[in-house]
Amino acid sequence: MRKILVTLSLLTMLLAGAAQAELTVEITEGIKRRPIAIVPFGWEGDAATAPLDIAGVISSDLTRSGRFAPIDENDMLQKPTDGVDMDFDDWLILGVEAVVIGRVTQTGENAYSVQFQLFDVFGRDQLVGYRMPASRGTIRRVAHRAADMIYEKLTGIKGVFDTKVAYVTAEERRDGRLYSLIVSDQDGENEHKIMESTDPIMSPAWSPDSRRLAYVSFEGSRSSVFIQTLRTGNRIQVSSKPGINGAPAFSPDGRQLVVTLGGVDGNLDIYTLDINSRQSKRLTTNRSIDTEGSWSPDGRYIYFTSDRSGGPQVYRVSSSGGTPERVTFDGSYNARPRLSPDGKKLAMVHLDRGNYRIAVMDLERKDLLILSAGSQDESPSFAPNSDTLIYATRPGRNGVLESVTADGLIRQRLASGQGDVREPVWSPFQRF
Amino acid sequence: MSKYKFLVVTFFLAALAGCASQDIPDPEPTDTTYGSEDSANTDGMETSGLGEGEDIAFDPSGGELAEVVYFDFDSYELGPDDMEIVTRHGRQLSENSYLSVRLEGHADERGSREYNIGLGERRAQAVRRVLLLQGAQPVQISTVSFGEERPAEFGNDEVAWAQNRRVEFKYTN
Repeated sequence: MRKILVTLSLLTMLLAGAAQAELTVEITEGIKRRPIAIVPFGWEGDAATAPLDIAGVISSDLTRSGRFAPIDENDMLQKPTDGVDMDFDDWLILGVEAVVIGRVTQTGENAYSVQFQLFDVFGRDQLVGYRMPASRGTIRRVAHRAADMIYEKLTGIKGVFDTKVAYVTAEERRDGRLYSLIVSDQDGENEHKIMESTDPIMSPAWSPDSRRLAYVSFEGSRSSVFIQTLRTGNRIQVSSKPGINGAPAFSPDGRQLVVTLGGVDGNLDIYTLDINSRQSKRLTTNRSIDTEGSWSPDGRYIYFTSDRSGGPQVYRVSSSGGTPERVTFDGSYNARPRLSPDGKKLAMVHLDRGNYRIAVMDLERKDLLILSAGSQDESPSFAPNSDTLIYATRPGRNGVLESVTADGLIRQRLASGQGDVREPVWSPFQRF
Repeated sequence: MSKYKFLVVTFFLAALAGCASQDIPDPEPTDTTYGSEDSANTDGMETSGLGEGEDIAFDPSGGELAEVVYFDFDSYELGPDDMEIVTRHGRQLSENSYLSVRLEGHADERGSREYNIGLGERRAQAVRRVLLLQGAQPVQISTVSFGEERPAEFGNDEVAWAQNRRVEFKYTN
């Protein structure tokens, strides 16, 4: 028997080493990056420095969005930490349109108060002022949340800095390949290994409350669908029928999964599966490959890939059953549909003149926009604000992650994880 | 470990061929045939005392039954050589009901991962159908598709892709 290595991390999750995220904004065509000042935060507490450089986190978040260009700290004429010290003329001279200031105050052994203020330099007014409690464990999320509030105020788009990404890595080791399921902050920091195995791991999917992940594991050389609770590491096997058990995705209410089952005859079809009762319902019966189901945000439809017309195309079927209807007609290969959380856009893998690329279709206008530029791009996943997508691309032997705005204007590469990185999925908004 | 099993299987086949004198088809005529056809003995001498002879088949693979078959791009049909290999596996299963095999289907790395699971399964099922036609029992065969998750060859070219579009035979008992 092949030795099956399955490590479930419990309360003390393994902290993967070298989690340093390496980020470069690659393309910012057509976007004017807005000058902004993020002043180093003040600190009142026992230690010489605050437990986290909050301004640094906010600054890198806003930079990574591709929409802002924070100015150098050395160029600042003043570094206020409280609104009463703001001199708008000093910032007007520098040409910045917004200024973020704030401070961290220690309130207990492991208790802090983080406050920040966002000012409109031209309007000479405060746009946001907010104070949040924090501990050493939560202060990074507090910083991301501050960045989210600043971003939303300045762009009108909800920020997604306080969200997570799950992905799969495959590393070559002397004794074979090791597959890992990883969850990190969306900036690549704070990596946790959720599960590892010498057999493949595939298709992670977030629950709507972002507390659980469904995934496919090939432990024992057969496919099974598991649901794992992130905080405890506990997992349940929800589907291990003969043949294929694959492509899980949660329903919007979190009570059901859509899965692909193949059976002994290998006819892949779409099923819904009630997580508590394990009752399954077959939604497609076609002899073709029907797979990669994904719910519409209103729960009414399941979008899926089918090659019933020859090559793979996107179809949708009512989540209560019925006759599927074809959704994509542009090109010979459209697969792995994922709807934006606002229900307006459909992302997919699209074959574009010999290159597999990420494309987004506007469901109302029906036009297709190609967003990525690689040859082996796959697994598009929308951020919860519907404005940005993450996907995997393969510039060399190993896959890496990229993100792109849904308008295609800002694309960037995220170097995270060890080995071959694939199948990124963006978490829903986190509860605080 | 699978190699070891394979040797056992091969040995068993050889033994079987010895008994039945007809098992392994002969793709080319050979001149190394002894036994019944040449035993038109006319001089009436030494008709007893010799053991019964047996046919020796010509097998370019030296008797080894390959454990992997390959497919063209976007194809689920077996070429003639691979069909021969699968047919022999089918007879082997049919004649040895204690054997069971897991068919592992694979796809090349292009395109979407779960769809590629479907393509790998389609290949495994194409092999399964041939095995069943040869008399193997459904209970002897299981299939699993690894899609593009377990490439045999790394590389972003047709040479690597062709190595990855395959079905592997894994005998499991």
